[in-house]
Amino acid sequence: MSARLRRLWGMIRKESLQILRDPSSISIAFIMPVALLLLFGYGVSLDAKNIPLGIVIEQPDTAAQSLAGAFDRSEFFRPQRFSAIQEAQQALNERHIEGILWLRNNFSSRLLSGGEAPIGVFVNGVDSNQANITKGYIQGTWQAWLQHYAASRGQTLGLPVTLEQRVWFNPALSSRLFLVPGLIAIIMTMIGSLLTAMVVAREWERGTMEALMVTPLRMGEMLTGKLIPYFMLGMGGMLLSVAMALFLFDVPLRSPFWLLMLCSALFMLVSLAIGLLISIVTRNQFLAGQVALVVSFLPSFLLSGFLFDIHSMPEWVQTITYLVPARYFVAILQTLFLAGPVWPVVLANAGAMLLMLLILTALVIRKSYKRLD
Amino acid sequence: MDNPVLSFRNVRQVFSQGERTLCALDNLNFNIAPGQVTGLIGPDGAGKTTLMRLACGLLRPESGEIRVLDLDVIAEPQAVQSAVGYMPQRFGLYEDLSVQENLDLYAELQGLPQEKRSTRYSELMHMTGLAAFTTRLAGQLSGGMKQKLGLACALLRAPRLLLLDEPTVGVDPVSRRELWAIVYRQVQEQGMSVLLSTAYLDEAERCNEVLLLHQGRLSGQGPPSEFSASVQGRIFQVSAAGISHRRLQARLSQVSNVLDAMVEGKTVRLIMKQAGQPTVKEWLPGFDDVRIKPVAPRFEDAFVARLKNRHDSVTAMDGLNLRMDSHDEKEVVIRVHKLVRRFGEFIAVNNVSFDVRRGEIFGLLGANGAGKTTTFRMLCGLLPASAGELSVAGLDLHVARAEARRHIGYMAQKFSLYGDLSVMQNLHFFASAYGLRHRHRDEQVKWAIDTFDLADYREANARDLPSGFKQRLSFAAALMHEPEILFLDEPTSGVDPLARREFWARTNALAEAGVTVLVTTHFMEEANYCDRLLIMAEGAVLAEGTPDEMKMRARTADNADPTMEDAFIQLIEQCEQSGEDKGIKA
Repeated sequence: MSARLRRLWGMIRKESLQILRDPSSISIAFIMPVALLLLFGYGVSLDAKNIPLGIVIEQPDTAAQSLAGAFDRSEFFRPQRFSAIQEAQQALNERHIEGILWLRNNFSSRLLSGGEAPIGVFVNGVDSNQANITKGYIQGTWQAWLQHYAASRGQTLGLPVTLEQRVWFNPALSSRLFLVPGLIAIIMTMIGSLLTAMVVAREWERGTMEALMVTPLRMGEMLTGKLIPYFMLGMGGMLLSVAMALFLFDVPLRSPFWLLMLCSALFMLVSLAIGLLISIVTRNQFLAGQVALVVSFLPSFLLSGFLFDIHSMPEWVQTITYLVPARYFVAILQTLFLAGPVWPVVLANAGAMLLMLLILTALVIRKSYKRLD
Repeated sequence: MDNPVLSFRNVRQVFSQGERTLCALDNLNFNIAPGQVTGLIGPDGAGKTTLMRLACGLLRPESGEIRVLDLDVIAEPQAVQSAVGYMPQRFGLYEDLSVQENLDLYAELQGLPQEKRSTRYSELMHMTGLAAFTTRLAGQLSGGMKQKLGLACALLRAPRLLLLDEPTVGVDPVSRRELWAIVYRQVQEQGMSVLLSTAYLDEAERCNEVLLLHQGRLSGQGPPSEFSASVQGRIFQVSAAGISHRRLQARLSQVSNVLDAMVEGKTVRLIMKQAGQPTVKEWLPGFDDVRIKPVAPRFEDAFVARLKNRHDSVTAMDGLNLRMDSHDEKEVVIRVHKLVRRFGEFIAVNNVSFDVRRGEIFGLLGANGAGKTTTFRMLCGLLPASAGELSVAGLDLHVARAEARRHIGYMAQKFSLYGDLSVMQNLHFFASAYGLRHRHRDEQVKWAIDTFDLADYREANARDLPSGFKQRLSFAAALMHEPEILFLDEPTSGVDPLARREFWARTNALAEAGVTVLVTTHFMEEANYCDRLLIMAEGAVLAEGTPDEMKMRARTADNADPTMEDAFIQLIEQCEQSGEDKGIKA
């Protein structure tokens, strides 16, 4: 083995031993992904199911009973009956229910006369996201019932347009299916940027960097020797997440596995480069952790399209998202898992990541020299 | 003559911090000859670490030329870094790797061939006494062992030039002595050249040659004997009957021909401005039994003579109204009986007992980790004792902690004032914290400013003060409420030797005023300034007595005038000896 390889091997072995002995590295790489996946896979759901809904029927005739029955049968709602609107409003204020369906005593007559909307709907707008979902489902259930009701009486409805929705790739509109792939990007950001930034900064802080520098070790060898173990660790965390996605959450993988690995490796390198850059600039563990959290982890969480739709953000925020590498990777992940290898999407996003990697690598090389000043 | 292994030509290094610039090294010129140990001596902040880093190419000088082993460091830093051995101040060990794994890492990095490793490893492990600990994690080694492992890592490939940045700081005297032995062996066996920096002035005498660095400038280069010779005939020991040694010191330091006067045991050590028999009798009218003995100069005397140029005399501690019930000098004010402190399985303080009398300066000596600071914290009521009795100013610390604290002044090991507040703001804050109000508070602040000569720095932020002034400020803050007992935890570590002397002069004045002082230090020579002391190792008491008694024990035919460090090492060895004897009997 050449001297260069020996030195590189020395660094890799040292770094791997340190990872194995440091419980926080292992837990960030393996325990945190499991915890996050379980939390997002089971706990957080953007779907509305069993929404507690208050129903107030002032005159219980056939039409009103039939409509209430439709809500009772819907899997989206868990209706409760209230005898007066005031009681229902009280329950809404106390957030026992998320919305109210109010059928007044003139409901049946106005329904038949085909006038303006005869039902009253209240939705708790404190959580606007939940409110929109609730409103949408109430409307959907109402319209479905209305059509059914009209058909059964041999009438056509006076509604101008009938919408027919068809959802591709995720027909059940299960949010888990797109949250879980996106989560992989978050987990890899944690390992690549946060963990790496902190361990490299630790070397500066403990003074070991100084000792490493006064040896034949070149800066490039040092960085490579540090990156390889963390690259492996990150890919390990990624494989664990993919396995959980496929086998625990039944997320489909509609693309070849090698393509997923290739794109993940590219994103891992981008994350590592960010982590390295942060540690070189800060040289302090606490600061490195904070900076990594603010410039890498939070944007990946909020601005990558993993949780919040990019298109519904204000334009200037949308512009910022182009600087977030996770944005490209989340797009790739959701495409690869749910849609299949849509090459224009994959290539465009992978190209953006490659460009970022080149810029970051250039910055890391420029900023890392064997000097303390 | 051989080419120098290291040479600096007109080297200047400036650090800028925001708007302020700090000149760390100013126009430095020197050569270091091969095959010897060169000591880089200077107080903290003198620029030692900067010099070391420049020599390794870790910093680029503002201007000037540096050559190491005939290489230009500025042009070829990597070539230099590949050729020299370097141990930075924090030894560069990985605490979560074992001793063996640390060695393996550095062997790979330095390119030590596989076939040579096993012999070199066993050689170094034997030399450092670490052979039995190769599987232990570096983080679980004692300070001295870490230091030796760091040294072993730097020595793996036997570099031609070895650079050691303060290798002996905070290390117990026994490990220190071993470290020096290893270094000298390298020089003799391998012809290695060594540059070693230290803030301990007594270590200068162990070097072949000394570079004396002060405030970024070279204030002398030569063999240590040359330094000492420059003050030959100017050093005297004085004692007089009928006057306490502290009052004697205070009197003598006012005399115009005296450059410096320091307490040494029961006597006073004088450094005169010129050679020649001092006319001490004239300065001490009315005292009969005045004895003057010329003594051999030490490196520290030369250091003081070279750098102390003004007549900085310390004012007496007037105006201090101590809260004392009695002035009985025999009264015991601190009583410690069978004190124990455990942290889980670890026994930090093991069965320690001692008494301190009013107006005494009582020292706790020992290496880092000996249990000094833990003992201290218990005495101040900051940490409860696991077992044993403690009373301070007649109050039992188990029941009257808060009450006892009012009698206590405490100066912590680290600078614990507010860096962003000015000197005045700090003093006002501490006065208020001790419950002083209105006129009394203003009087105390004024007293502190006057007594500690802080007037010029009144509005300066505490962080920006020179180290000596920071220490004065901490000292002043601890005295605001006029405590009768003062606890000083490592007050002199990281302080320049001149400021240290000034500090001791002040402490003397306090003791003279009746304050009881309990002080910890790892500078063995500072034990001379104490009335009585306790030597601790691994949580237990090794010996108790006056400095002279301690030194007498170590006196042998070869060593007629042992130093405090000799005494300390002898005590440790005796202790280990008896431990082994017991082991054999059992």
